[in-house]
Amino acid sequence: MTRSRTPTLTDSTIPDAAAPPADDWGPFTGLPGHPLMWVLIGSELLVFGAALLGLLGGRIADPVGFRLAQDHLDRLAGGVNTLVLLTSGLFVAIAVVRAKAARVAATRGWLAASAGLGLMFLAVKAVEYATEIGAGWGLDSGGFITLYFLITGFHALHVVMGLIILGIVARWPTAGNVATGAAFWHMVDLVWLLVFPVVYLVR
Amino acid sequence: MKYESQSIAKWYWFVAMALFAVQVTVGVLAGYVYVAPNFLSELLPFNIIRMLHTNALIVWLLLGFFGAAYYLIPEESEREIYSPKLAYLQLVILVIGAGGAVVGYLFRIHEGREFLEQPLWVKLGIIVAALIFLFNISMTVLAGRKTAITNVLLLGLWGIAVFFLFSLYNPANLVLDKMYWWWVVHLWVEGVWELVMASVLAFILLKLTGVDREVVEKWLYVIVATSLFTGVLGTGHHYYWIGTPGYWQWIGSIFSSLEVIPFFAMVVFSFMMVWKGKRDHPNKAALLWSLGCAVLAFFGAGVWGFMHTLHPVNYYTHGTQVTAAHGHLAFFGAYVALNLAIMTYAFPHLLKRSPYNQVLNMASFWVMTSAMAFMTFTLTFAGAVQTHLQRVLGMNFMEVQDQLALFYWMRLGSGIVVVLGALMWLYAMLGPKAASTELAGQAAPAE
Repeated sequence: MTRSRTPTLTDSTIPDAAAPPADDWGPFTGLPGHPLMWVLIGSELLVFGAALLGLLGGRIADPVGFRLAQDHLDRLAGGVNTLVLLTSGLFVAIAVVRAKAARVAATRGWLAASAGLGLMFLAVKAVEYATEIGAGWGLDSGGFITLYFLITGFHALHVVMGLIILGIVARWPTAGNVATGAAFWHMVDLVWLLVFPVVYLVR
Repeated sequence: MKYESQSIAKWYWFVAMALFAVQVTVGVLAGYVYVAPNFLSELLPFNIIRMLHTNALIVWLLLGFFGAAYYLIPEESEREIYSPKLAYLQLVILVIGAGGAVVGYLFRIHEGREFLEQPLWVKLGIIVAALIFLFNISMTVLAGRKTAITNVLLLGLWGIAVFFLFSLYNPANLVLDKMYWWWVVHLWVEGVWELVMASVLAFILLKLTGVDREVVEKWLYVIVATSLFTGVLGTGHHYYWIGTPGYWQWIGSIFSSLEVIPFFAMVVFSFMMVWKGKRDHPNKAALLWSLGCAVLAFFGAGVWGFMHTLHPVNYYTHGTQVTAAHGHLAFFGAYVALNLAIMTYAFPHLLKRSPYNQVLNMASFWVMTSAMAFMTFTLTFAGAVQTHLQRVLGMNFMEVQDQLALFYWMRLGSGIVVVLGALMWLYAMLGPKAASTELAGQAAPAE
């Protein structure tokens, strides 16, 4: 929504703040997609941010235990998944452009490609989990391991949720819907970009 | 009052007011037992007094919510309540159930599960009444205009009924018993009750400030989204060291720390609405209670809750007077003040008067609020001392209780002042209209 900046006599009669236009969402106005999606994205970032801070706090309390457990993580799998998810983010961004041009088939194609990479991410994660659980790790192992499963598991649940959202917006691929779904999917990307270094790499 | 059936609310609220008086009076009694532990110990032991205090509170708050629904749904849906007869039948069932429970408690008949002590027949009566209520209001809403306020209110009220069903499930395993117990207790007060609070507050502010409905609705959606996002998994903050797996410590700490967000949003929302408001509504007392509700809920539920919600903190404070401090201010701020706000707003309409006894009503706000704040500080200090002596230094429980006597005396004093404030409010609402205390501008017809 853009307002004309030309000063006119009507400036003195601009409707007061109590009667804003229907699309005025305050600080959320102008963000791509539905404003409530951004409320959700903000909440999610707070949750993952707090969890990662908790992990860093735990590491300060028990540096050796965390280091030993972290050494068992598959950094290569984590790195591959980072590439997979980033590429998937590129595909969903292309879908947004196609949706704006009202090209339904192309939009759906790119959304499907994006979702396919999302599935690949989950497959890689499942292989990692299988190895770790096989080695005796569990959600209730405590210390680093509990936080690792909580943070990456919660993120994986968001990938699943993102796949559902991509499916819904592919069914009704208006530009607004696709932008809303893409905003969520990019958040899932962004969170992984924070999770991967903090959980897998930082020593 | 635009619709005849809105007057159903009046009868719910009369019963609510009576139970409010009982609740605070019994509260003083309980406060006195803290300083004179043998008082009434044979006739009316402390566990029974506490049961009456907490049960009366919950029942009158629920009656207040039911009244609020019967008052605001006709106006929002733009039609009469589907069946006023069913509404009165529901009230009769609830009164019989509540009366039966109280008499039963006096004769030591109860199921002994904190807050859910009601005998089975009372629980079943509550469920029947809830079904009648949900049928009645859902039929009204479905047939009429749908607004964000009624949608959120219905979601909250349906949630209250659904989660109450877990009160019937009482596994023999003590850990599972507590786990599901919180599905009633936590998911009520930190989940679906918040939806009722947000929608009733939105209704009052819409009426008092005249701000566009669209603005109110957007705020409502944000508040509801953040309450459910934080409150549902926030249940985890009750699962520390009760036998549930350790990962709950992280889930509970992270999500419940964010539970302050919807309460903060409600503060910003209410003040923004008043600031942007176009209307100078004559019912200043209702506005004071509404703003007070948002602010006190933020401090009582949000800040005092956060204070002991992180698991490394709660490891020490669990079950101390810190919990009591938080519980008292949270219930007063979020739900007592909300009910007093909607009643203060609606009674002039129900009695077909202009706003009356405004000065006394506002005075009662400050008396009750100051006393509750004093009680909260007192219990917080008691909790800090208790935590240190009992959990850090390892003194035994009763020895520590002796050390807290001074705080318990001060809490008793503040409790007596709360009762005085409550009586002032009840007199302002139900007593004769005092001509001398009218505020300027009351001649204007109230919306």
